[in-house]
Amino acid sequence: MMIPACRLADLPRGEAFRLDIDPPVSVFHTDDGEVFAIDDTCTHQDASLADGWLEGCEVECPLHSSKFDLRTGAVDAPPAKLPVRTHEVMVEDGVIYVRVSTDAPNLPPCVAARLAAGPA
Amino acid sequence: MRTVAVVGASLAGLSAARSLRKQGYDGRLVVIGDETHRPYDRPPLSKEFLAGALGEADLALETDGEDLRAEWLLGTRATGLDRAERAVRLADGREVRADGVVIATGAAARTLPGSAGLAGVHVLRTLDDARALRDELALGGRLVVIGGGFIGAEVASTAYALGVDVTVVEVAPTPLAGPLGETMGGVVSALHADHGVRLLCGVGVKGLSGETRVDAVLLEDGRSIPADIVVVGVGARPCVEWLEGSGVELDNGVKCGADGRTSLAGVVAVGDCANWYDPRLGAHRRVEHWTGARERPDAAVAALLAGGELEAGMPRPPYFWSDQYGVKIQFAGHAGVSDSVTVEVGAVDDRNVLAVYRRAGVPVAVLGMNQPRLFMRWRKQLSAP
Repeated sequence: MMIPACRLADLPRGEAFRLDIDPPVSVFHTDDGEVFAIDDTCTHQDASLADGWLEGCEVECPLHSSKFDLRTGAVDAPPAKLPVRTHEVMVEDGVIYVRVSTDAPNLPPCVAARLAAGPA
Repeated sequence: MRTVAVVGASLAGLSAARSLRKQGYDGRLVVIGDETHRPYDRPPLSKEFLAGALGEADLALETDGEDLRAEWLLGTRATGLDRAERAVRLADGREVRADGVVIATGAAARTLPGSAGLAGVHVLRTLDDARALRDELALGGRLVVIGGGFIGAEVASTAYALGVDVTVVEVAPTPLAGPLGETMGGVVSALHADHGVRLLCGVGVKGLSGETRVDAVLLEDGRSIPADIVVVGVGARPCVEWLEGSGVELDNGVKCGADGRTSLAGVVAVGDCANWYDPRLGAHRRVEHWTGARERPDAAVAALLAGGELEAGMPRPPYFWSDQYGVKIQFAGHAGVSDSVTVEVGAVDDRNVLAVYRRAGVPVAVLGMNQPRLFMRWRKQLSAP
């Protein structure tokens, strides 16, 4: 299923939009004009990558500086060890749509435990 | 260079080993560690691990399948560096001859004189320390934390969440005034009172009482604070005794240039034991932070492999974080050189703050409480050349 995220015109280059689904997904508009979607939560600890620092095709976690590649989800250095999921993105009639991956997400232990416990 | 010995197998040592391979070093690589554990991450020891939310496997720094083609000599301590033989001597009698040496022996927790052998008294530095403290906190009781620095505050916060009765004793009038300055040190340490954790400031500790197990902390002003568990969080000293007489210059740790080079060719130092020159300060500064242990080995290894042919770059300003009572605290830069601090965003009373420290109007440090996005942007600005 394609989920509408936001209008491309409302997402300036260098910015991110967080889609508040569970677990949340973020859409990044790079300085080069490309659009990518990855899981929003750092795989190390509960932090929003949409709050991070976007440079080229990489986003740096705002807490502890692991960087994730927007194209592959790969992580560069500790403290995060696992990649984030990447999601398919489509732009139609000026709207960004995301098809959420069916892979299991790599959520940090504390967040995974919270989700497993169900809604608070 | 055919053999490099990395002495120290925690984050700084592992980062150095990774940097060596990443930068193309293909020779023999020996990693020496005094603990028996593979490299593990320390920040969770006072937080999620102590609370039982993370297990030991979660602390591992190496990724699954990672192979640095290193020889791991674990559970043995380095006792000497022989400059003539170019050899690292080990406590178990072995020696490792190496053309290049990375010193990453870290720091050890300071203890209170006279507390050895008294049950219930803990420091928190290693995985073994954290296991022991976690097991005791699970039994509950009254905890007294000596030292209101970051380790002490994190332990207090974690123990509070576990339902333990907590008192923090700090000798300075304001906790965290060293790293954060008086004003913001007061703001951050106010988190204790928000949660009913007693904070006693401006009073020193005279000693501990108890026969075989601690039962109270005795203060300089004559008060006695009942305690079932005591955590001593009064800082750490660099582990560099083994280098005495080696020719490596020591001064509050290993004295290094801005790229980790020591006074001996072919020897660099990284992590908590390294007193790096900071061009921004025009002075040496020993930085006991995770991020320095993660990042600085890249520069030190580059200098080691280049054999001194490389111009030292500008290290990024020190950065650290802390999680206390559900508040994310982040700090970058040097508060000590500032002449003003202003709250730019948020409110002190809400514990939601972005504060900027300036010297003659120029930002030199930034503090965030629950402000990760803005904090990161300010931190990047501080790092800009």
